[in-house]
Amino acid sequence: MEAEITLRVDGRERTVTVDTRTSLLDALRERLGVTSPKKGCDHGQCGACTVLLEGRRTLSCLSLAVAQGGSEVVTAAGLVDGDTLHPVQQAFVDHDGLQCGYCTPGQVCSAVGMLQEAADGAPSHVTEDLEAGIDGGAELTDDEIRERMSGNLCRCGAYPNIVAAIREVAAR
Amino acid sequence: MTPFAYERPEDAAGAVTSMLAAPGGAYLAGGTNLVDHLRLGITHPERLVDVSRLPLDRVATQPDGGLRIGAMVRNSDLAAHPRVRRDYPVLAQALLAGATGQIRNAATTGGNLLQRTRCSYFQDASTPCNKRDPGSGCSAIEGYHRMHAILGASGHCIATHPSDMAVALAALDADVLVLGEAGERVVPLADLYRLPGDQPERDTTLAPGDLITDVVLPALPLARVSAYRKVRERASYAFALVSVAAALRVVDGRVDEVRLALGGVAHRPWRATRAEDALRGGPATEQAFLDAAEAELTQADPLTDLAWKVPMTRNTIVATLRDLAAREGR
Repeated sequence: MEAEITLRVDGRERTVTVDTRTSLLDALRERLGVTSPKKGCDHGQCGACTVLLEGRRTLSCLSLAVAQGGSEVVTAAGLVDGDTLHPVQQAFVDHDGLQCGYCTPGQVCSAVGMLQEAADGAPSHVTEDLEAGIDGGAELTDDEIRERMSGNLCRCGAYPNIVAAIREVAAR
Repeated sequence: MTPFAYERPEDAAGAVTSMLAAPGGAYLAGGTNLVDHLRLGITHPERLVDVSRLPLDRVATQPDGGLRIGAMVRNSDLAAHPRVRRDYPVLAQALLAGATGQIRNAATTGGNLLQRTRCSYFQDASTPCNKRDPGSGCSAIEGYHRMHAILGASGHCIATHPSDMAVALAALDADVLVLGEAGERVVPLADLYRLPGDQPERDTTLAPGDLITDVVLPALPLARVSAYRKVRERASYAFALVSVAAALRVVDGRVDEVRLALGGVAHRPWRATRAEDALRGGPATEQAFLDAAEAELTQADPLTDLAWKVPMTRNTIVATLRDLAAREGR
């Protein structure tokens, strides 16, 4: 069964007819040619498909495209401003936060979403004082960064440099 | 994946009407569990009724000071809510101990309650499983069952309920508001879940068409000193081997009031009433905590390969109560 949906993807309005079974990830990659989000596990375990959906980091493999009609989707490719990389992207380059790069678009989108969550004061599993961030931003120690990024796997093991890249952006 | 139709009703009543109009429907909320099940081929709905955009996304203070949590409130938003962090820390901690940032942004309160077991055989359509395919047998009893039950299991199913959030809600005596064929009704969380018995395909007592619209937390000053402790095989993004949700009030060195619920050990969140009864009115000491845990676990009936989970549960109960008692003593 099919349905026509309209998505705003990386700032562009896109209308496409999808089978109801199509994931948001497959709609982006296979139907709209937006190949920045990657298919790793296709089960919500690796984070390679992470996009910003309505401004919040989400796994596009666990989302049905038909349920996202009318939504705004930003992928890692949509984070650039002309020829200028997003600060998180630039920090990944500066700190060698990648090796093969397959997980990187998901890592970058996850980091951008996570930094906003922290700025909004959201706690994490390793936050000692749950009430600390209620009136302001949550402090991002390395332990906080690691916990908050635990949904993004990197088989190359670039984790120390990913943490360094995010730490640098968080400190600004 | 079997083809399915897709509907997006305007309101909760419309969703229930739509679901009851024909068999073979399933509600879609955040989709973090259901979409995976569709892909794994372990569920085959003919229609998805999308409730994810229903206006059930608010957290409101009740007249008694409790909280009414809409079923579509995202797990991340609930964990970050100021009232939850101040007054029900056990719930915030349980939510934050589950899944990942991305999944918590999508997963809903209602969907979290109704997620299915992560038993590897349930999720593998090529193996027998009484929960997925009634009467086919249980692969876990003779197979891999590290994540399985030590309390309340049956010869038909030893699966555990995977939710962290539900364990905290069990300790908090939450109510679930359900909209069904006969209108709205209140289901205490303790009555929402069932033990497997000879019908392991049924996780809950809900009827076809029933839609969870809200979760209600009572005003519970006791819960200000509460905690969720989760033991798992890696530090993040793993389901519980054992978890404990507890709230404790100590007056003059004695347990004035206590709430205790266990996760990772049974087909439902396990309210540890025997331990609570043993603790109430007694000394708030390590020995008393140990005795209470032992009292609860006299009911444990672990398979041979699960014997380790009994002392792990006992020790996790004691450690959680010890930490709370220390905070009460300050």
